[in-house]
Amino acid sequence: MTMRRVKIFSLFERFWHWAQMALIMVLLFSGFGLHGFHHLIGFETAVTLHTLSALLLLLLWAFGTFWLFTTRSWRHFIPTLSGMWKVFHFYSFGIFKGEHHPYRKAYWRKHNPLQALAYLMLKIVLFPLIWITGLIYLFYFLWRDMPHASEWLTGLAYVHTGAAYAILVFVLVHIYMLTTGHSFKEHLMPMINGFDDVDLTPEEEAYLLKDEPENIR
Amino acid sequence: MPPFLGRVLVVLLAGLLAATGALAQSQWPTPPATPTPSEQISGPLTGGTADHTKFEILKQTFATGSDVTQACLSCHTETGGHFMRNIHWTWEYTNPATGQQLGKKHLVNNFCTNARGNEGMCAQCHAGYGWKDEGFDFTDETKIDCLVCHERTGTYYKTPNSPGSPACSVMFEGKPPMDLTRIAQSVGLPERANCGACHFNGGGGDNVKHGDLSSALKHPPRSLDVHMGVDGLNFACTACHITNKHLWAGSRYQIEAKDQDGTGLPGQRRDVATCESCHGLSPHEVDSIASFKRNDHVSSLACQTCHIPEYARGGVATMTHWDWRTAGKTRNGEGYHEHGYTQGNGEHRYTYKSIKGDFVYAENLVPLYRWFDGQMNYTTIDTKFDIDRQPIAINDFSGDREDGRSRIWPFKPMYTWMPADVGNGTLVYTHLWGEDDSSYWGNYDMGKAIAFGMKKAGLPYSGQYGFVETVSYWPITHMVAPKEDALSCESCHAVGGRLDGLKGLYLPGRDHNRWLDLIGVIAVLGTLSGILGHALIRIISSFRGQHS
Repeated sequence: MTMRRVKIFSLFERFWHWAQMALIMVLLFSGFGLHGFHHLIGFETAVTLHTLSALLLLLLWAFGTFWLFTTRSWRHFIPTLSGMWKVFHFYSFGIFKGEHHPYRKAYWRKHNPLQALAYLMLKIVLFPLIWITGLIYLFYFLWRDMPHASEWLTGLAYVHTGAAYAILVFVLVHIYMLTTGHSFKEHLMPMINGFDDVDLTPEEEAYLLKDEPENIR
Repeated sequence: MPPFLGRVLVVLLAGLLAATGALAQSQWPTPPATPTPSEQISGPLTGGTADHTKFEILKQTFATGSDVTQACLSCHTETGGHFMRNIHWTWEYTNPATGQQLGKKHLVNNFCTNARGNEGMCAQCHAGYGWKDEGFDFTDETKIDCLVCHERTGTYYKTPNSPGSPACSVMFEGKPPMDLTRIAQSVGLPERANCGACHFNGGGGDNVKHGDLSSALKHPPRSLDVHMGVDGLNFACTACHITNKHLWAGSRYQIEAKDQDGTGLPGQRRDVATCESCHGLSPHEVDSIASFKRNDHVSSLACQTCHIPEYARGGVATMTHWDWRTAGKTRNGEGYHEHGYTQGNGEHRYTYKSIKGDFVYAENLVPLYRWFDGQMNYTTIDTKFDIDRQPIAINDFSGDREDGRSRIWPFKPMYTWMPADVGNGTLVYTHLWGEDDSSYWGNYDMGKAIAFGMKKAGLPYSGQYGFVETVSYWPITHMVAPKEDALSCESCHAVGGRLDGLKGLYLPGRDHNRWLDLIGVIAVLGTLSGILGHALIRIISSFRGQHS
């Protein structure tokens, strides 16, 4: 096994990540504005921003999901218990003793087990919760004449708001995690230039050097 | 394309067009102000084919208004029959839904209380000549008053049909004589001042009753009323209250709270005075996400709710409280009045009158907002009420988010302490106007005036009168502001906004779940402090690590 710098985040993946980041920021900011937590932008502007960025994010997710399945990248997010305990132990104890992060990125496993589980939950629980409730909310004009529509809307709004809080918590932890293990910058750079240290098998290394020399340094 | 897909597309497109929308807004005011004032625009009859100054029959000297009417009817042969069916003549309306007998002939209001029995005074605003008691002949078309609505000189006036107490009749003395020939030749379609002669003065004075109908609408700037503005569209009342055989569209006895038909079929004339009958069911041009959302609001909000930000604008105040309990005070045995309010246009208003009691005036008022299905239920003279449940609603109304017919409407509430039969728990007909010694106006004896009024109407009276607090609700529908002055989202989508406390809807910005927010905020702050704690231990332990 050799550690090499390998391109693990393709251009589309990086664009996806940063566009998603920007849209989620706009959504959190405008959403909590609509909720009445701040009045930094007017209600009309907040509605416009929130609706537009939500629709753009859905479009982005449509492409993202397509990409995940066509490139087989979905496999990165399959949960596994192998190595989970070590990672958990590291964040609870080892990190304070100056130990190194126990996980080494593999070519087909670029996330550590805890990370993979967290992202998977985000993708299959929190995000659907917020976009499904959001879409039903957005199309209220189509079902407003159903019985008790107003009460249903109230419930939807609560779920939507609750999911927003959970996503904000995720964002905070996600950013904090960048400071653990290596430096903040080292964690950040792969998502900018695409390259990170990956533990390669001799076969993977040989393949990359021969067939994808641009993806290995 | 199915309509659903269409709307989805519109949402998507609307986003792209948001920028264009901002551009369009900079081209306000719309409709553009017209530099040169035009003729008032009436209903579909605009564009006359006859010059009334050329009619031989109008070139005579008229002794009375009724003589003019006979001249009118000699050409307008069917008008008498048409006219005698409308509410301006009958003062009577039976609500088809509730069966209630309404109209000025029957109702008790919480201003001057009742026209019934006081026709000698109140029927000045009857579109006829000489109604002073039960003897009036409602089948005599020569008694129709054509001029009050159609004359255009502005010199026509009416005085009470009976002399009344000398204490009051003095108000009507010394008026200049009228040139009925010139007045008769001036006739045309009604202008705002014609309708306003009565409708701006409901309740006994300028804008007293409605709050959205005042003399300020005779020559309003478009900022006061975008349709009637003399520097804008210059609509007469009949541009919206369109007429068919002298029957008018738009009635507050039977209100269309939610027009679902819009403009109707191409070329079809809809005999309603709703906003939708001209503006349609999607009144906002969809050029942004926000305007798309505004069109959705049409299902829940009357147009008036956002587009009439305040009523009693334009410098003329409306009355909000009236207290009959203090009426009847005299100085040296004579009634008096007190000025106490100077309104926006500089005019003084009485805040006390011996004949009426104390008043409170106010202007530029934020309406009361309620779900309203268009159905008013009146406390009529024969309605029994529980005098312990005050204020008693003179006209209550129903409405609910769920009923499919209601929308949120703006109202002016009017609070009045007024006389009632506290023994029987009913309203009373008070005898205000008369030449006898029982009329309240002149004699100031409420007990006597009520006993007389009830007896005259043949109604039971316990002999025990008192004062009850009442409230009446007046839907606000005039004084539509230009769109740049309409309410913004925050007017309602905020804690403490205009729809504070209104039930039956989830209003983002106003409505929160306290527990959800508490848990959410604790989760976020807990995460932050967890991060801080984790980071702190890392820093401290790395510091120790360096030392060891």
